[in-house]
Amino acid sequence: MRTPSHPRASILAVSPGFLTTVQDLGRDHCAHWGISPSGAADPVSLRLGNLLVGNPQNAPALEMTLIGGSFRFEQPSIFALAGSDMGATLDNEEIPAWQSVRVRPGQTLRCGPMKSGARCYLCIAGGIVVQPVLSSASTHLLAALGGLSGRSLKAGDVLQCGAQRAEPPTKARAVNKRVLEIFFENGPIRVTAGPQGDLFSADSQLRFSTSTYTVKEESDRMGLRLKGPILRRVVDGDTTTEGISLGAIQVPPDGQPIILFVEHPTTGGYPKIANVISADLHRIGQLRPRDQINFEFVNHENAISLLKEQEDLLSPQHALQPVRQ
Amino acid sequence: MSSEKLSYPRFQRASDHSLLVTFGERISRKHHRDVLQLFGLLQSAPNRATRNIHPAYSSVLISFNPLVTRPEKFDSYVRRLVDRLDDIEVSASRGVEIPVCYDKTLGPDLEFVAHHNGLTTDDVIRHHSSVEYLVYFIGFSPGFPYLGELPYQLRTPRLSTPRVIVPGGSVAIGGNQTGIYPIASPGGWRIIGRTPLKLFDPLRMPPTTLEIGDMVRFKPISVLHYQSLLGAVDKP
Repeated sequence: MRTPSHPRASILAVSPGFLTTVQDLGRDHCAHWGISPSGAADPVSLRLGNLLVGNPQNAPALEMTLIGGSFRFEQPSIFALAGSDMGATLDNEEIPAWQSVRVRPGQTLRCGPMKSGARCYLCIAGGIVVQPVLSSASTHLLAALGGLSGRSLKAGDVLQCGAQRAEPPTKARAVNKRVLEIFFENGPIRVTAGPQGDLFSADSQLRFSTSTYTVKEESDRMGLRLKGPILRRVVDGDTTTEGISLGAIQVPPDGQPIILFVEHPTTGGYPKIANVISADLHRIGQLRPRDQINFEFVNHENAISLLKEQEDLLSPQHALQPVRQ
Repeated sequence: MSSEKLSYPRFQRASDHSLLVTFGERISRKHHRDVLQLFGLLQSAPNRATRNIHPAYSSVLISFNPLVTRPEKFDSYVRRLVDRLDDIEVSASRGVEIPVCYDKTLGPDLEFVAHHNGLTTDDVIRHHSSVEYLVYFIGFSPGFPYLGELPYQLRTPRLSTPRVIVPGGSVAIGGNQTGIYPIASPGGWRIIGRTPLKLFDPLRMPPTTLEIGDMVRFKPISVLHYQSLLGAVDKP
């Protein structure tokens, strides 16, 4: 179904799903105004999805959370689902995740509850077009900015897509299974020591890295609240309010850690025991309430070399393979 | 704090993608000046790896992309700036007047703050609007100014259970701090009034009315005046 002019697609949200927002890789250079980066909770999946449909890796896509939505395509296009498996169908026929799919006008994509994980990206050739706010398309729900007027999708929303690349991928492509296994391995979440790690007793530091923590229901894009063994400080009281890094693990007086996530407050006064390494941040985006996690301390050198390995694997030659018909 | 004496400025890798520079533990105008100078230098001599700058009371956190510049190289870039803080002139503070309607309909904790401190509500309004406050930094949520110093007569503990929604524009007291919630958000500070001004608008540049280093004065206004200003703000 190739058309000579590669038209701009648009899609209709028949149903929005539980929580669906427009996201790209986030909004930098705004922390001094109190605005955290937002952006995809699982940037690795977003980037892989964009690779599959021939988009730049930062192209805006729909981030679906826990329960996916249904979308009708009004023009021919190519899309890919990247992230959690939602048992998606196209006109009632099962379609695979992590693979580019060609779609005809009038076809409907239906996504259901996620079987595991928390988020899946619907990436469409050309990307979703919204008015950028402070140089990014990403929705920041707390600040009510970006994406669709700063809100999540509603039924009846029509989303415009951008011009597809001059040469859209002609053959279906899939993400290499081995690469996916590396990205989403089940091991502990790796962390580096936090700036106030020494405010915690040696006992508590050990407990943090040897215990299992459960993700609580009250978790969202701002932060993931954890339940597990209580972490005690050597001295009480808050530290002077200071900047917060993405992935910082802060410990309020109740001793239950919180992982600060993509819509985190830009500053805070609770001490931070650790910080999730950059190469594992996307795995935080796939955690759902009641998931159990462990932490493992690594040094900064390890953290950076893991990030470099990840970046290498995110190149098209490593990540993608043709689909055998 | 451990007994060993810490030396300042202190450089810490807060994560594999951020560096924390701390000038001291106390909240002081001296450290605020250090923060302002480093913030200014980071902006006038930018590094292409820099992603975000988080100025605070006595520290600056800088997040960067470690794939663009190696962490060791980024550290030395920041250390060089800290070595020449005084190369940058701190410009004179901008004075900003914020109209506030101190009325119990808009400030549900006004009477509590008065009662807690053995004052009348008029005393609270008089004290709160009698001083000039420094914007130490903007942080926590979009456009939220950390202001100092609150007159000691008005210190009031935070709510034990934060409100789920504090209306945008609420002026509040938390312990020995005072601030303004620019957008509706959860919050545990005591609300004593509300400003009709829109202090955060992502479509403006800059998006916040107040910026680090500004001097703020609150001007009490009547409910009627509040409503007329609010109408003027809301008109397209």
